[in-house]
Amino acid sequence: MLYRENGQFKTTYRADQQIFPIAQDRLVVALFLLFAFIAVPMLASDYLFRAILIPFLIISLAALGVNILVGYCGQISLGSGAFMAVGAYGAYNFFVRLPGLPLIPALILGGLCATFFGILFGLPSLRVKGLYLAVATLAAQFFADWMFLRIKWFTLDSPSGSVSVSNLQVFGFPIESAHSKYWLCLSILVVMALLAKNLVRGAIGREWMAIRDMDVAAAVIGIRPMYAKLSAFAVSSFIVGMSGALWGFVYLGAWEPAAFSVDQSFRLLFMVIIGGMGSILGGFLGAAFITVLPIALNQFLPVLAQLLGFEISTAGISHAELMIFGGLIVWFLIVEPHGLAKLWSIGKQKLRLWPFPH
Amino acid sequence: MKVRNLILAVAAVAAGASSLVSTGALAQAKEQFIPVLSYRTGPYAPNGAPWANGYVDYLKLVNARGGLNGVKLSFEECETGYDTARSVECYERLKGKNGGAALVQPLSTGATFAITEKAPADKISVVTVGYGRSESADGTTFKWNFPLAGTYWVASDTILQAIGKKEGGLDKLKGKKIALVYHDSPYGKEPIALLQERSRQLGFDLQLLPVTAPGVEQKATWLQIRQARPDYTLLWGWGVMNSTAIKEAQATGYAREKMYGVWWAGAEPDVKDVADGAKGYNAVTLQHGAEPQSKVVKDMLAMVHGKGQGTGPKDEVGQVLYMRGAMSAMLGVEGIRAAQDRFGKGKVMTGEQVRWGLENLNLTQAKLDALGFAGVMRPISTSCTDHMGAAWARIHTWDGKQWKFTSDWLQADEQIIKPLVKSTAARYAAEKKLTPRTPADCQS
Repeated sequence: MLYRENGQFKTTYRADQQIFPIAQDRLVVALFLLFAFIAVPMLASDYLFRAILIPFLIISLAALGVNILVGYCGQISLGSGAFMAVGAYGAYNFFVRLPGLPLIPALILGGLCATFFGILFGLPSLRVKGLYLAVATLAAQFFADWMFLRIKWFTLDSPSGSVSVSNLQVFGFPIESAHSKYWLCLSILVVMALLAKNLVRGAIGREWMAIRDMDVAAAVIGIRPMYAKLSAFAVSSFIVGMSGALWGFVYLGAWEPAAFSVDQSFRLLFMVIIGGMGSILGGFLGAAFITVLPIALNQFLPVLAQLLGFEISTAGISHAELMIFGGLIVWFLIVEPHGLAKLWSIGKQKLRLWPFPH
Repeated sequence: MKVRNLILAVAAVAAGASSLVSTGALAQAKEQFIPVLSYRTGPYAPNGAPWANGYVDYLKLVNARGGLNGVKLSFEECETGYDTARSVECYERLKGKNGGAALVQPLSTGATFAITEKAPADKISVVTVGYGRSESADGTTFKWNFPLAGTYWVASDTILQAIGKKEGGLDKLKGKKIALVYHDSPYGKEPIALLQERSRQLGFDLQLLPVTAPGVEQKATWLQIRQARPDYTLLWGWGVMNSTAIKEAQATGYAREKMYGVWWAGAEPDVKDVADGAKGYNAVTLQHGAEPQSKVVKDMLAMVHGKGQGTGPKDEVGQVLYMRGAMSAMLGVEGIRAAQDRFGKGKVMTGEQVRWGLENLNLTQAKLDALGFAGVMRPISTSCTDHMGAAWARIHTWDGKQWKFTSDWLQADEQIIKPLVKSTAARYAAEKKLTPRTPADCQS
């Protein structure tokens, strides 16, 4: 009853082309943004910020980037961890080698490094596709691991191979407190998500989707596969690279190549699959599922065990966490193979018909 | 997709979310909270679990002995799986619980690096017993780091001294070939700076052979060793990498007597599978080895395991990694005790007070005897500038059944280590724009 678009007429092209054509959606999104920017910082605890929200925002950004490549353009990649690493080390090198460089330009330059790296490793996509491409992009992962472990120039000859940053600031505000870090990550995420949304619903996004659905047909109607595929690699790696830079700079503070290992690539791909391929919202939902749920289970299980009256060891919790998490993944994929975002849109459809389902 | 499923899904997510909100932080009086970051799962679990058992058991032993001047120790374990991001999450989760943590032992080099950046703001000491970043021994730059009882530089220097003794003097190392087989991560790279310095000075040829994590694939590395035939091989491995290396050495026909592991590569899980194949393999111990006869182990068996409160299997009590956990816990607890001696006995100490305590640790032989650590380790005393406290080590050798000490106490050469610590710490300070602490700051 509440969620109905009766009487909302679109009389201009502008109105027709809005991201959220339904007034209720606009309201909810605006309220949600207000909540995220103002209410959350007042309510959340330091732990929630530093250990849950900030990593969640950064990983959401990465999942958003991967979704552009995998979900919208159909180019399966297992090199996302490498793009994050290139972004992080690129930003680090600019930040340290150019004294006085502000944080935001450093992050963007890191993203640009990842863009070039992404285009380079996107070249095989012109020849191979599907699972073959996934294996080819693994090369990017191993190359990045090797590069940042062995080429000392990238780590400024740090004796242990680990690098760290400090004294971060944006427009003179120090990025030290949990709040400032949260706002920084959230702002970047919102801006990037808006850009990504507009890209995927514009001409270039339609080219990507045409390539994804059937590349031969797309080529026949005049879409250049090379341009479409490489631009998807470029945009995706830029976003993933930015998130890698944030992961190193804002979340970890000090990092080594193991922080961007092949595990991270796998996790990002799973986020996109579980969250929903080809959906901006799916990236966020997938990131929440993969990063927050294990931690939530880890804290929830001891409480549950206590309620049921038995003691559970740390290792036991950890094993149970993995089992339940794995079980949930399987369950979700059976129940809804199109991911969490599809669940959400089904929910919206139901709301539109409510209370008269057919 | 039915509505029922949708509701189930929402309920599942909500259950997860609700547990995040409920942070049952019940502050209890007179309890000093100690977070325990450990890994009992994942690729390094066989080595991480005994460490955690020893650590937790020692805290229980302190409570069984009546606490610290009446203050009981409370603790909570958090599983990291040796993952840096997860370790940071654990650190953030536990640091504010139960009145706040005063010290934390990160138990992984990656986590140590990440937490080092966060600890000064939180005022929590980072205690790394025998691992961590070597330059953090310099207390004037690293105010909150305590690599107590040795670092990887101490370990590598004492190994070289042991080899020198075998050869009849350090000068005999000239022209020899020494290989370092290391875990390709900050942990494995730590000793390189010192070994390079020593190779310049003593004239031996240093060969660096990295092994990618987790270290199961070492065929190429040992092929290189077969070709180069180094006179000695140092092993900087962890977990499954160690036993693999020993097996590969056996397959290559490389004498195990010429292999020297760091202390992470010198415990029972590393050699048990290989048993006789590991006979003659050496490892450096930063002070203790396997100590089943020590008084602290007997106390532990009587007062903790005897009462059915022990953690982990009883027959592992006193083994190398278990002792490492117990000794790590003891050094942290003694830091709190030293703080109580100054700021008030029987009180719960804050992070800053515990930092003072760790910085003014003076564990004499008499104190160690009273704690049951007689013969296990040597006295340790720290200061404002020296956060390491001692640089002593012994070599022990696997005889096919157990680890036995095969060397006297060796002291790392301060003339090598001190300048290296100073220059590396100065570089860190310059990068971070830190000003070294003043003498006045030392008194606080």
